[in-house]
Amino acid sequence: MDNDMLEVKKQPTYYEEVIRKGYDRRDFMKFASMMAAFIGLEKSAIGQVAKAMETKSRIPIIWLHFQECTCCSESFIRSSHPMVADILLDMVSLDYTETLMAASGAQAEKSLKDTMKKYKGEYILCVEGSVPVAADGVYCMIGGKTSMHILEEAAADAKAIIAWGSCASNGCVQSAKPNPTQATPIHKLITGKPIIKVPGCPPIGEVMAGVIVHLLTFGTIPELDRVGRPKAFYSKRVHDSCYRRPYFDAGLFVETFDDENAKKGYCLYKVGCKGPSTYNACGVMKWNGGVSYPIQSGHGCIGCSEENFWDNGRLYERASAFAGFGIESDADTIGKVALGATLVAVAGHAVATNIGKQKSIHDLETEGKASEHELPS
Amino acid sequence: MSKRIVVDPVTRIEGHLRVEADIENGKIVDAYSSGTMVRLLEEILRGRDPRDAWAFVGRVCGVCTSTHSLTSVRCVEDALGIEVPPNAELVRNLMHCVLYMHDHVVHFYHLHAMDWVDVVAALKADPKKTSELAQSISKWPKSSPGYFADIQTRIQKFVESGQLGIFANGYWGHPAYKLPAEVNLIGLAHYLEALDWQKEIVKVQAIFGGKNPHPNYLVGGMACSINLDDVSGINAERLAFIHQLLKEGKEFINQVYIPDLMAIASFYKDWGAIGGGLGNYLVYGDLPTKGYRDTASYKFPSGAILNKDISKVYEVDLRKEDEVQEFITNSWYDYEGEGGKAKGLHPWKGESKINYTGPKPPFEHLDTSKEYSYLKTPRWKGNAMEVGPLARVLVGYAKGVEEYKAIVDKTLKDLDVPVTALFSTLGRTAARGLEAVLAADWALEFYDSLIANIKAGDTRMAEMSKFDPATWPKEALGVGHAEAPRGALAHWINIKDEKIANYQLVVPTTWNASPRDGKGQMSAYEAALIDTPVHDETQPLEIIRTIHSFDPCMACSVHLYDEDGKTISRVSVVGD
Repeated sequence: MDNDMLEVKKQPTYYEEVIRKGYDRRDFMKFASMMAAFIGLEKSAIGQVAKAMETKSRIPIIWLHFQECTCCSESFIRSSHPMVADILLDMVSLDYTETLMAASGAQAEKSLKDTMKKYKGEYILCVEGSVPVAADGVYCMIGGKTSMHILEEAAADAKAIIAWGSCASNGCVQSAKPNPTQATPIHKLITGKPIIKVPGCPPIGEVMAGVIVHLLTFGTIPELDRVGRPKAFYSKRVHDSCYRRPYFDAGLFVETFDDENAKKGYCLYKVGCKGPSTYNACGVMKWNGGVSYPIQSGHGCIGCSEENFWDNGRLYERASAFAGFGIESDADTIGKVALGATLVAVAGHAVATNIGKQKSIHDLETEGKASEHELPS
Repeated sequence: MSKRIVVDPVTRIEGHLRVEADIENGKIVDAYSSGTMVRLLEEILRGRDPRDAWAFVGRVCGVCTSTHSLTSVRCVEDALGIEVPPNAELVRNLMHCVLYMHDHVVHFYHLHAMDWVDVVAALKADPKKTSELAQSISKWPKSSPGYFADIQTRIQKFVESGQLGIFANGYWGHPAYKLPAEVNLIGLAHYLEALDWQKEIVKVQAIFGGKNPHPNYLVGGMACSINLDDVSGINAERLAFIHQLLKEGKEFINQVYIPDLMAIASFYKDWGAIGGGLGNYLVYGDLPTKGYRDTASYKFPSGAILNKDISKVYEVDLRKEDEVQEFITNSWYDYEGEGGKAKGLHPWKGESKINYTGPKPPFEHLDTSKEYSYLKTPRWKGNAMEVGPLARVLVGYAKGVEEYKAIVDKTLKDLDVPVTALFSTLGRTAARGLEAVLAADWALEFYDSLIANIKAGDTRMAEMSKFDPATWPKEALGVGHAEAPRGALAHWINIKDEKIANYQLVVPTTWNASPRDGKGQMSAYEAALIDTPVHDETQPLEIIRTIHSFDPCMACSVHLYDEDGKTISRVSVVGD
């Protein structure tokens, strides 16, 4: 993709829009810094973000809803920085979203058609929900058309597609066995378009905002991993960024909910935490403005951003049941561990999903060992 | 001769709803409500661990998030005879009250307000007069002439940009909009403020449940242990944070939501005689104060009202096979065995086999003379019932509960309308505001009780003695209920050999939005639309006013299971 692929001509810039809305330059810089942090950039890049937002144009967005529960839209409006809701609702020109738009029926359909025509090849298509392909698509119909039909029409002239949440990325709960409606994620139906997967049930609000800000700031899609997720938010395991990780390494576990160990905040691995096999930003960014995340509130990670997580073992079953996950005996028997066990876990997961990650984590471990020598003994 | 109009998609709701209405002489004479998306979650639940069910059914809906998870853990606890510790019940109640506070405010401003508030007309308002008006109805500090002038300038420039985003193709200028420009401007300003506010109040759910949407629940209690001496537990800092959020939430409801609701309602009193519909109301009850099994202790009392007769409230029993039943006469399903499609089934015996018989898409009209929806049709003792805020407020009022009496009588007096005005579109919208006020008060009561319990030395948060499946009976039946923001919700489970043998949900929007039954009785949406005036057949403003007054949640209402997955044809997909 060339760098200006996402520009739309003759629209006010973000900076102009922000100033027009009564915010000052300081607010704007604060927003730009925060977004730079969200998308994982060095401090030196803040200026670049701010500059890009001052000079790049607005992007029309069509946001479709198929087999979903609207948790992604709800999470999106939870995005925490004060300016995000304003900017993302107004600045990106959210031209079609069944959740928030004023118009219904024929007037809503007109908004969709107008945007597809006027901004042909320029709009971003956001999809919330999976598409049922069983029975010729009749399990999801809007305005008398199947979701398959609507997706194909809207995708044809989109510049890029964002697959919001686990439904659009992986199929989520309706695609759990036996997947009776043949709920299908977007990348299996649309080819020849850039697709950004933003999995999670739902994704973190600031991650959703961060992906959009990356698009409009840099005019390119963010760097994606092998399965199509932005590396900025999905390259680390919840386990690796968990503040309870020292308890795992020390072999200190919650044995059952609300026991003495639970009250001390020990590791939740034995009561089913899927953090060791889940790639997401929860441990770093946390939820709802950094208030908490599942592990901090005492429940294990359920792995909601991983493909087929509904069928990857029961919630309260140890992750050892995963194929290639050889960690259980260590957790039970070893008091102080557990670099070896962790590496086994990493390797097991890497085989299943992404071999590339093994190397990067191995490099990190090496780097960590090297720096140990620099510490005073 | 009547004319058929179609509204599809109905927007500013959760999910996919289609309404077809026949209009004659400017009024609706017949109406059909259709749910057009299905996920078949009940089939997916079969064979799974009952303790995991809350996570699956939580994903039924991300708008009334947490409600289904709460109902599910109650359902499994009922089946297994588990009583949760008082602290867990208080935390659940607190989370539930917070859902009410969040959901009702978001519904009013972001899903419903644009039916009453003309965004474009707000541009004609005088900021000084707007400020005077705002200060006369509320002490909310953001009310200066400058504040309203800034909002107006922002919107003016927005409109001039030509890119109207979510406001594009709205019904601006429609003669059914009746507000003075200044009230429109207040509504618009608070639309934006409420968008900012809503992300704050849900932090209470994130503290206890780890995240929102879709916080975590636990069979047996809650996973958030109390430990005043550890940073990982619910400690003094977490509690103080919650207390502050609750107080701020209550302030917004009392100083912004309610004054706006009353101001807007005072210009639409004619809607106190439109959209009444069935006149039958059903409430399962919720917010226990002395344990879930002590239904007399509920803050939301249970009961049923028939034919608008508030002098009598009937008892409701979810376990009795002849009370709640689901019918499929006009739904795209089949029933097996004797009685076939004509029979009604109690949810413990619930079944269905999906069978789409509607037109082949793309289509212009449904054939409403036969099956026309993915929603089943629930009935209580054969009666079509309305569920939701209006039903709850009426049952509380009819039962003479003091809190309800006080707030309802005051509202009727302030608006100068008779009690019969409650049976209407306006009544539904007003009732939602009233229970937001109650929920905000109750949340602080539950908070105080939680503090008192901890102070007295009780820090238990989960009862885990029956968590291990080895302790379970070979077979168990359970029912769990809740009052979702949108109305009465219940789940029924059949556990066999440590697994889910059958799981059935009967949800609020299924009660309200379902197709008519075998006797031709309409459900709540359809009945409420009859006689609604429609000024311009090409603009469905009046239709969506009444539909939105119910706060539809379609993903909830279509979740049923497919008995025979093999009948579904497979279509090859592109790519891998």
